[in-house]
Amino acid sequence: MKTTKTKSFIGFLIPLGAVLLALAIGAVMLLSLGANPISGYATMFGAAFGSVEGFSETAVKSIPLLLVGVGICIAFRANVINIGGEGQMVMGALLSTSVALIFPSVPSLLLIPMVLLAGAIGGAFWGSIAGALKAYFNVSEILSTIMLNIVAVQFMNFLLRGVMIDPGELTRGTGIPQTMRLTENADLPILLEGMRMHLGVPIALFVAFGAYILLWRTAMGFRLRSVGYNPHASRYAGISVPRNVTAALAFRGAMAGIAGAILVFGSESHRMVTDGGSTGFTGSAGFNGIVVALLAGLHPLWSIPSALLFGGMLVGANALQRAAQVPSALIIALNGLIVVFVVSSEYFKQRSLQVGRVALSDDESTETQGKNNE
Amino acid sequence: MKKFSLSLSAVLLALFLLCPTLLLASGKALRVAIIAPSAQNDLAFTQSIVEGIKAIQKDREIDLAITDGTFVVEDAAAAIRDYAKKGYDLVIAHGSQYGGSLKEIAPDFPDTAFAWGTAADTFGLPNVSSYEAASDEGGYVMGVMAAAMSKKGGVGVVGPIEVGDAKLYVDGFVQGAKAQNPKIRAKVNYIGSFSDVALAAEAARAHIAAGADVLTGTAQMVVGAIGAARSKRVAWFGTQANQTELAPEIVVASQVYKWEVILKKIIADMDNGVKGGRMYDINLANNGIVIEFNDAYKLAPGVKEAGMKAIEGIKDGSIKTGHRQ
Amino acid sequence: MSDSFAVMIVVATIASGIRLATPFLLASLGEALGQRSGVLNLGVDGVMLLGAFSAYYTVLQTNNLYYGLLVGIVVGLASGIFYGFITLNLQAEQGVSGIGIYLFGLGMSDLLFQKFVGTPRPILPFMPLDIPVLSGLPIVGEMLFQHSIIVYIAFGLVPLMSFVLYRTTYGLNIRAIGENPEAADSLGVSVMATRYSAIIVGNGLAGLAGAALAIELGIFQQNLTNAMGFIAIALVYFGAWSPKGVMIGSLVFGMVQSIVLQCKTFGVIPRSASDLAAMAPAIITILALVIVAKRFKQPSALTKPYVRGG
Repeated sequence: MKTTKTKSFIGFLIPLGAVLLALAIGAVMLLSLGANPISGYATMFGAAFGSVEGFSETAVKSIPLLLVGVGICIAFRANVINIGGEGQMVMGALLSTSVALIFPSVPSLLLIPMVLLAGAIGGAFWGSIAGALKAYFNVSEILSTIMLNIVAVQFMNFLLRGVMIDPGELTRGTGIPQTMRLTENADLPILLEGMRMHLGVPIALFVAFGAYILLWRTAMGFRLRSVGYNPHASRYAGISVPRNVTAALAFRGAMAGIAGAILVFGSESHRMVTDGGSTGFTGSAGFNGIVVALLAGLHPLWSIPSALLFGGMLVGANALQRAAQVPSALIIALNGLIVVFVVSSEYFKQRSLQVGRVALSDDESTETQGKNNE
Repeated sequence: MKKFSLSLSAVLLALFLLCPTLLLASGKALRVAIIAPSAQNDLAFTQSIVEGIKAIQKDREIDLAITDGTFVVEDAAAAIRDYAKKGYDLVIAHGSQYGGSLKEIAPDFPDTAFAWGTAADTFGLPNVSSYEAASDEGGYVMGVMAAAMSKKGGVGVVGPIEVGDAKLYVDGFVQGAKAQNPKIRAKVNYIGSFSDVALAAEAARAHIAAGADVLTGTAQMVVGAIGAARSKRVAWFGTQANQTELAPEIVVASQVYKWEVILKKIIADMDNGVKGGRMYDINLANNGIVIEFNDAYKLAPGVKEAGMKAIEGIKDGSIKTGHRQ
Repeated sequence: MSDSFAVMIVVATIASGIRLATPFLLASLGEALGQRSGVLNLGVDGVMLLGAFSAYYTVLQTNNLYYGLLVGIVVGLASGIFYGFITLNLQAEQGVSGIGIYLFGLGMSDLLFQKFVGTPRPILPFMPLDIPVLSGLPIVGEMLFQHSIIVYIAFGLVPLMSFVLYRTTYGLNIRAIGENPEAADSLGVSVMATRYSAIIVGNGLAGLAGAALAIELGIFQQNLTNAMGFIAIALVYFGAWSPKGVMIGSLVFGMVQSIVLQCKTFGVIPRSASDLAAMAPAIITILALVIVAKRFKQPSALTKPYVRGG
């Protein structure tokens, strides 16, 4: 029988091996592009974690990943699998931006909570549409969230080139679809002088802890989890499945909406701008957040290191692109490989943990496999 | 021995004297960085600025760094900051969506010159210049020629979203077509996306079905529309770069951006210690916009002449295009 | 506006809707097959992009469109083997591994394009293949029988797949292991082999969808599919995992797209509302599902890895 120490060592070693294997393939790709892989990876790591400044950049990049990831933890625990993060982020950002446009002179102490709340409401509203469609009309949340993402993007374009556009863009005639510089009262305060680290980082951490408490320390969390674990039993126990499914999607939307608001008020530009799609704004965080959550085993707190890892990879990738003129496409491909390899390595982890144990009954081994569906 | 040490000191002296000039010579290389949303060989917006710098590289030593494919606005902001920090002399933010970030970043780096476009706003900052293309002028010329060559009396435009440079070009095209033939049916279809190639193709087909026999369009998804026009053998006018190689049989002419015209001015200003605060535009008059014809396309008599007349008219000011006069 | 012109426009709109629906249809048929066997694949868009680039590059090199289609399918099949290995043998979580495949396809197709092609170069697409006799019919002829061969392949696959799913033992096996793999296994159906085959064929269709797109458009560029693969996944839920339902879903989405385009062309939809109009395909797809109501339940074993003897 293995000690807990070796177990957690293996639990750490195998995914790490998977990442290294993916990086090795990436090294071959870098070589074929004529770049030196060793200095390339050193650049990536150095840029993301090598300095306080780099780490601060990484932390900021991780905020939306963590928030979306935490939302996914809640929704997937309630067995509501969806990919609506992008649209929910956009809707949260739009509502919070509107609040800042309407109330520019409200003092920071009040305005910042207001815009964050608006972000949460915007996202929650968008999420609960999908929730209600699922709960009351049995429309799959996978379908509705994909479609609602499209709707949200067009709505953003409509508003940003319409009522929300910077009046200066109209007088100059350049028509760039962006808002004016939003009021400084809504700027998320910078926490480290001269660096990117801002209030969004502690907020995201706070939300992650909040979600943890919600899921495991409250009756609401218990209901969400039991609906996900066994809807039939929950129904017998008097738990409303439709209401909890809607709630799960609303929570998930609220998290994404806060992420959208933080992206606006913590951005360099402090305004909202569209390039026609959602990626230019979200950086695909609505998407990558799913990976963050699943790599963290759907645990809000484990999502923190998971988000930092992913955020660091994105920051490092951009630095590598600038340093070695490597196409950013390589890094997108590499991220995909890392995700696939890490998620596949779970199997070897489970197996190696079983080796040396007293013979497991089949029942137990299926239980370990089904862990993620818990 | 003495001789040796003498010659050695001579060599050292020579090196010593040469060094500063060597340093000066290498210090002359201007360090320029471009941050752009699409690929540097996109045959459109991003390629135009890269070629602009490359044209200048023929006369002047420029150390060029390109970060292309940066459609995430925050990533572009990080890149702008990073290049400024690394001491690049000129940082070009080639995307109108980058301006908001630049406004906040530029004050932190007063010694760096920044340029951004396409836009017309320097935020009152002394180290930011803005540049734009009077794409309405080229659009107008194209519109005139399109209306002159249309046999069915219909022309069609495939656009992305009604904003910025795309809107300028499209409005100019429609204005030109109407000026040439007031009865022309000039239909515009903004498909709502910069990237949906399949939808752009069908938008072109919709125009053709509705009776258009000359088409144009702008933004990166038009490659789909060009393909559709090609399979239906309908004439096409290109913009932002010479699109002839995308469909040699149907591309009549392209509006091509020659950013080197204004990049030269920006760099000359920098040499004189002016790092920004000015707005530039390329247009037909300053040869920053040129109409490149596809010689293989056989034009009916009078069409090219109408276009040339429009070019002259715009240059001498007798024709006013666009909405910004 | 004369009547004949109006008829012509309607015909053109419907023909356009059919063309727009084709890549969705191919990809969703493939996804439906995989899901029927109990495997979710969120990586469709990535596989489509890989199929699209490889088909495009093959045509550039060989000038043969059929080779292009073939290579697109082969790349799809290969990615199916890989996806089968990680989700069946290694029992990787399906949602997240699919997203990994998507990211890989998105990045890799762009990288290969930049390395081997660079500046976009056009290829000549398939000429429309007029079906003898039928294509000569008034109205219907132009609407349905003057398309490229890819359109006929896609729509021809619908009855074929229905037949396989509902009329053959193999189809029964697929449906059985998607609902209750334990029971199917106890009856001697190999869950592993059947799922493998469904995933491989399904990914092959995604590869074909990408190839069809690149060849129809005659070009490749970064993110050519523009997230079509995700819409295709949504349409599988719309179509309740049946080939016919998936076809209806693809047609609804494609037709609304083409109707909106036509309305914009004629100024029926004002330019100021063009973004709002672009929402229509998504909204109508949801509404259609709400109105039709009562959906079938998804395959019970979807996303659940099967461990023998459980």
